[in-house]
Order: sequence, then C-alpha cells, then structure tokens
Amino acid sequence: MKSLQELEAIRKRTLEKINLRKEHNGTRIVVGMATCGIAAGARPVLSAFVDEVTKRSLSDVVVAQTGCIGICRLEPIVEVYKPDQEKVTYVKVSPDMVARIVAEHIVNGKVVDEYTIGYYETHQN
Amino acid sequence: MIMPELAMHVLDIAQNSISAGAKHVKIVIDADRTRNILTIAVVDDGCGMDDEMEKRVLSPFTTSRTTRKVGLGIPFFKLGAECCDGNFELKSEKGIGTSITATYSISHIDRPPIGDIAETIAMLVICNEKTDFVLSYTIDGKTFIFDTEQIKIVLGDGIPLTDPDVMGWIRDYLCQGIEEINGGIDL
Repeated sequence: MKSLQELEAIRKRTLEKINLRKEHNGTRIVVGMATCGIAAGARPVLSAFVDEVTKRSLSDVVVAQTGCIGICRLEPIVEVYKPDQEKVTYVKVSPDMVARIVAEHIVNGKVVDEYTIGYYETHQN
Repeated sequence: MIMPELAMHVLDIAQNSISAGAKHVKIVIDADRTRNILTIAVVDDGCGMDDEMEKRVLSPFTTSRTTRKVGLGIPFFKLGAECCDGNFELKSEKGIGTSITATYSISHIDRPPIGDIAETIAMLVICNEKTDFVLSYTIDGKTFIFDTEQIKIVLGDGIPLTDPDVMGWIRDYLCQGIEEINGGIDL
C-alpha cells in the first residue's frame, strides 16, 4: 500500500538527485486537453507520456496540457518543444505511439516523421 | 453520449475551473447504491460567472476558446445526467467560484461507467501544479480522500509534483485508494 511515509522517502531520495543534476534542457511535451481532445482520447495519451517519462526517469522533460489547438478533427494532438528546435506536432496520437515518440524523438532527437501533421496531411487520400 | 466515461466529463469540467484561474478544485464522487444515486460535483474558487454568462454556458455555442465556435463541455455533461434520470445544477458567483453537480440513477441503462477517475485526477494534478485538488470518493458511505495540499506539505519546497518518482507515487496512491473503496466492483 502506498503511503505518505513512502512519499517522504521519495522526497529524500529526490533531493539528493536534484543536487547532482546539471542544467536541464527543458523539453516540453504538450497534449491538447479541451473537450475535443478529451473526447478523442487525449487522457490515456497524456498518461502514457507520464508513464514513459517516469519509467525512464527523464527529470528534464515536462509533460503539460493545453486547451484546444484548433484542429479538432486531428485530436489527440501532441506538440513537442525542444530547445533550439522548431515545434513538432503529432496528430491522431494513440497511447501505443507514445513509447516510440519518447524513445526516438525525446531521447534520441529524431522526429517520428510518419506521426507528424505534415506527413498526415500529405499522405491521406 | 460523447464521453464514454464519467471521469472524462470530470476532466473536461475541471479544465474550465483551471481556465477560470481556480486555486482550489474539489471533485466529489459519491455513489449510494441503496438510494440508487450517483453524484458527481466539481467545485472551484475560480473567477465565477455573472448571471448572464451562467445562462449562456448551457448552450453548446458558448465557448471562451478562439479556435472554434462551439464549446460543448457543459451541455454534454448536463445532457448525459438528464438522460439517466438525473439532475444537473450549475451555481456560480462572480469572484467567488463555480460549482457544477450532476446526478445519475446508478441503475440506468444509459449511464456511462465512472471510468478511470485515478487517471483523471493524476493528470489534473500533474499538469496543474499551482492548483490544489481534493478528491472525495465515496461508495456506500466509505470515503477515500486525496488532497494535494497534504502531498505538498510532505514534499516541501524544491520537489515538484512532476518529479518522475512523485508522479508514479501519485498515480499508484490514487489507484489503490479508489480500488479499496470500490472493493472489486467498478460502478
């Protein structure tokens, strides 16, 4: 059973880690969470990103949410902001796409082209 | 209904609270099987609405977003409750906050399941660190309370709720607390 004592232990461990941590690069993963996004299944997508970030202990990555991005038909939409790079927009994201986005793009810096809005718009019939 | 889980409505309505600048958001889920009533409430201390806005938000064509002309969140929530022999109530006061309550007949065939309320709360908490959330989750009088203010006291300054280990703990804590109240039956 999870308890507040356990949280206290996490606090102690984390404080030590934070002291060792260098300047963080500040990647942001932003999931659209307006009515359109939620109805299209954004919550499990957001949750999957949190899971991946937790699993890999990526303490320099922030998972955040935003409102309606404006292209509701392509929800769930995820935007990735890396410092010094153009924003990348992934569309119609499902939880099973998340591990690949994190591994290839967030960790290794290679955009997953076939999930992006540009690819989607040029390859659909 | 558009949302397959009631927990998704909760997430959606709570987003309004956040947009309204709420510092505290209380989410109440209370199922009473002997009375056959499920109550879901979202109460915030956000900016609130004046009387005119309070009437207008029940229309699907009201939204504060600039990206499209329909909002839909509140009308869907209302319709869903009313389709299940339930009621819907919205109370708001400018400068004080807003409270939205929906009730459902538990046994109604069209009532969506409560759904993954742990995931809903965890996502709200993780993405809105500056807002405090309380979940009060009750089934037949047995209650689980989750309160971010308590968590922040334990963590103190310097450790964000978004630390990977803390995020993991929050999710597990919520899941276990809710499962214990559910006692193996998901409503």
